[in-house]
Amino acid sequence: MPGLGASFGRGGATNTQQDLANADCIVIEGSNMAECHPVGFQWVTEAKARGAKVIHIDPRFTRTSAVADLHVPLRAGSDIVFLGALVNHVLSNDLYFKEYVVAYTNAATIIGAEFQDTEDLDGLFSGFDPETQHYDQKSWQYEPDETGADGISEDQPGEAQQQERLSQKGAVKDAKQAEAAGSGGPPLHGKGKRDETLQHPRTVFQILKRHFARYTPEMVSEVCGIEPEAFAKVAEWVTANSGRERTTAWVYSVGWTQHTVGAQYIRTASILQALLGNMGRPGGGIMALRGHASIQGSTDIPTLFNLLPGYLPMPHAHQHQSLDEYTAEAAGTGGFWGNQRSYMVSLLKAWWGDAAQPENDFCFDYLPRIDGDHSSYRTISDMVAGKVTGYFLVGENPAVGHPNSRMNRLGLANLEWLVVRDLQEIESASFWYDAPEIETGELVTEQIATEVFLMPAASHVEKEGTFTQTQRMLQWRDKAVEPPGDARSDLWFYYHLGRILRERLKDSTDPRDRPLLDLTWEYPTHGETADPDAEAILREINGFGPDGEPLSSYMQMKDDGSTSGGCWIYCGVYADGVNQAARRKPRQEQNEVAPEWGWAWPLNRRILYSRASADPEGKPWSERKKYVWWDEAAGRWDSTGDVPDFEATKRPDYVPPDGARAQDAIGGADPFVMQSDGKAWLFAPKGVVDGPLPAHYEPAESPVENPLYGVQSNPAKEQIRAPWNRTHPPQSDVFPYAFTTYRLTEHHTAGSMSRTLPYLAELQPEFFVEVSPQLADERGLENGGWATVVTGRAAVEARVLVTERMRPLRLKGGRIVHQIGVPYHWGSQGVSTGDSGNDLLGITLDPNTHIQESKVATCDIRPGRRPRGPELLPFLEEYRRRAGMESGAIPVGGRAPVED
Amino acid sequence: MKTWLDAWPVYRQLTGSDPLGRGKAARSKATEAVVSRTATADRIAKSVCPYCAVGCAQNVYLKDEKIVQIEGNPDSPVNRGRLCPKGSASKSLVTSPTRVTKIRYRRPNGTEWEDLDLDTAMEMIADRVLEARRKTWQDVDAEGRTLRRNMGIASLGGATLDNEENYLMKKLYSALGAIQIENQARI
Repeated sequence: MPGLGASFGRGGATNTQQDLANADCIVIEGSNMAECHPVGFQWVTEAKARGAKVIHIDPRFTRTSAVADLHVPLRAGSDIVFLGALVNHVLSNDLYFKEYVVAYTNAATIIGAEFQDTEDLDGLFSGFDPETQHYDQKSWQYEPDETGADGISEDQPGEAQQQERLSQKGAVKDAKQAEAAGSGGPPLHGKGKRDETLQHPRTVFQILKRHFARYTPEMVSEVCGIEPEAFAKVAEWVTANSGRERTTAWVYSVGWTQHTVGAQYIRTASILQALLGNMGRPGGGIMALRGHASIQGSTDIPTLFNLLPGYLPMPHAHQHQSLDEYTAEAAGTGGFWGNQRSYMVSLLKAWWGDAAQPENDFCFDYLPRIDGDHSSYRTISDMVAGKVTGYFLVGENPAVGHPNSRMNRLGLANLEWLVVRDLQEIESASFWYDAPEIETGELVTEQIATEVFLMPAASHVEKEGTFTQTQRMLQWRDKAVEPPGDARSDLWFYYHLGRILRERLKDSTDPRDRPLLDLTWEYPTHGETADPDAEAILREINGFGPDGEPLSSYMQMKDDGSTSGGCWIYCGVYADGVNQAARRKPRQEQNEVAPEWGWAWPLNRRILYSRASADPEGKPWSERKKYVWWDEAAGRWDSTGDVPDFEATKRPDYVPPDGARAQDAIGGADPFVMQSDGKAWLFAPKGVVDGPLPAHYEPAESPVENPLYGVQSNPAKEQIRAPWNRTHPPQSDVFPYAFTTYRLTEHHTAGSMSRTLPYLAELQPEFFVEVSPQLADERGLENGGWATVVTGRAAVEARVLVTERMRPLRLKGGRIVHQIGVPYHWGSQGVSTGDSGNDLLGITLDPNTHIQESKVATCDIRPGRRPRGPELLPFLEEYRRRAGMESGAIPVGGRAPVED
Repeated sequence: MKTWLDAWPVYRQLTGSDPLGRGKAARSKATEAVVSRTATADRIAKSVCPYCAVGCAQNVYLKDEKIVQIEGNPDSPVNRGRLCPKGSASKSLVTSPTRVTKIRYRRPNGTEWEDLDLDTAMEMIADRVLEARRKTWQDVDAEGRTLRRNMGIASLGGATLDNEENYLMKKLYSALGAIQIENQARI
């Protein structure tokens, strides 16, 4: 989540779901919380009962809208215009929280004279290279502070500059180091010159004012299709409910992340919430609602190509040949990221134990290097081209669950072997006999050489371990029963696979096998299946001190090899030798924050940046919103019930001495302790690859022209060109409608955990699409009848739901845009079957996150069922021809490489 | 006679305090004898719902070491005992009769599933991992910079993996030099 990471220093929800009840206004945008996070929504309901205003901004009217005070329908893909207009409204009418903004954000920081804005370059920022489609961020930097205290580590200034230079190279940017801002803002050297009056024309504040000046209510009406009265009401409610006495919370989900400018949506909301002074305060913040039980955990302890646990970047071949090179960029920076070397050395000690010694760089060289984009979709492209040998799918069903599912299925069909670990026979295991491409003749069972192992997995009650839910909280699960038959936990699978591999290689003298043979891999096992002890692994993640006792805090980690720890941000989960994630003190027996239920990273702090709930002197901004304050008598920070997100005894008047490093470089009134300068970033000089400020670009596939700039869509977006991934031209008459994909309450993502269950399949038995009565008239669609939705990738058939919940939007010049809602849960297996909505989508990616734009694309819709069998192919080819697109035809077997 | 009539709901409606048959009159002896599975369970295991990211705490009720019910845990400060339709159906998720419990194997170009025992499957997968790693190994790039990796092995995990599972996966894959390791979190 680079949007939040670059703005505030950590890529996680800032507040808790329960804390939403303390909000005076809640804006839910890019999320259908009532249907997709129904139980969490009780806290919105609670806030409403206490008098809060609830606003829902979404293309569709949903059950969230139904209970909101106001639903504002907007055109999918236009959120930056709407949010930018709110920023403009706040700045133009002096509605920002002045003291907060000056003290706690980088509003007063002056940007170098070379910086040019999208207003100067018609939609581009300075530093864009049209050939590589990458930005060089050099011209986005702070103007150096004249005092000369630039903060660069004195013993390695050359190294740090070298790293800075390398970090701007395309191959390094592709590797998405931006995401490393998940816990630790982007490393920045020097704090920059400031003008506390905010008057200097190159202060962030003045740049922001100019940048958003054209984001007006009229623009909102023309681009988003929102009436000026609705915009005025939102602006009034949000600003009236922010400030000293009141707070507004913002809630988003994948309705924001799944766009080619997804990270910038979140950046715009971050700017707004910082200007309004809502960060770090009860009832405020930004609630990132994540979609899966442990999706936050899966980025904290990532199975992601570009990250090591705790958002430490994977070493890059062009940048990091040694541990010194690896740690140089962070070494001189302010904030807790300045201790990165301690976190990294502790990780290496956790993995390679006694083999990791200072003389051998703590086995840093045992780590493989990345040298570009190795993310999921690139890998699948490589599979289609026959470049990948084997694939493990561990609880994931790309044959249905991923956009452009056809491309994913073609990838699976071109592997040598595939291991699928799941509860049910999912479509990604059965594709070789029931993929839609078998029916069209593009795949032939007997010609698919992929060897498939379908391994039954243990369910959540058949194994022990922790999930990290949406508010960064780890909760331990007991093992209730043994898994049935051959079913095993994934912990079992990987532990025993590792054990077998190590056994096979035990006599090897090949240096490439050393990392495996020196790996710490001794875990106690229990039960008749020899399941590894998950608590032993959680203890390793927490880390140990020189005395062999579990660490209590990452502040105890050292870079000399005397401590270990597999994920520094989780350090403390085993504090005092106790599994803190397993704490279940009933809520009635503790305070409202409930700090003794589970454990939240970092250090059990439930609201992030909570130092900002007090003024620079350390006094609460108001009695009503009191949360953290400085207790002069005790000489420490106190709270109404949380662990303050600040060094416990650092005085509010602490001023860092020249040359201070890491946390010592953070002043007593700087709440954003993971940022190099301790400030919330309204302007991001680093950490976001497609611009230091958000700018509105149309989605890759849009029915309209970008009215703000000459640049139509995100100039830095990532594309994959191949017959199996064709993109529609903008404003195509052949694909005149916008559609958005979404989830239903009764189903879960690719459906293997819901379509297989009779109760849930009965509640939502069939694939349907939602259309407005006007669109139904225009295209002759009947409620309950069949419709075929067509894109340049696929045609799928679904039942038609004609409903006024879908509203045609009137844009500039009276242009009407129709939007279609497409739930994406179906596939060929399970109790309830149907076409997969994800087949419709192409893959175009946000350059920050490599996340695809699946929340908006264009399509056609027509009455009746789709062509069957081989007849589908000429039908789609004809559509592509009419739209002026290249052919989508592939040879039998699907093996067709990327074209550029 | 009285007993026989009593068993007839209409009689209870006409003679009792519940003429509309919406309460007491609708209750039969069989109803009275029903005891909830949560009351007769032998023990309760503590869990967390595996669907969305709200993190609802669950009570898993067991009788004779079989799961008989899953309910929301009222002690939780997040869900306060509540579950949504998916969470409420999670007992049928774990006891589903269509769950795969035996290893299924499809040979290259095969037309049907075959059986395989677990140990054999593990050994076969180990063979393939080592072979893919050997075949696609890269020590250095064209400019002699360390890569120490292979490009033959890829992995994609769901976001219902435990932290401990993700940790062992990343640790093992990194030691094997496999870098194309991804998760639903990307999606």
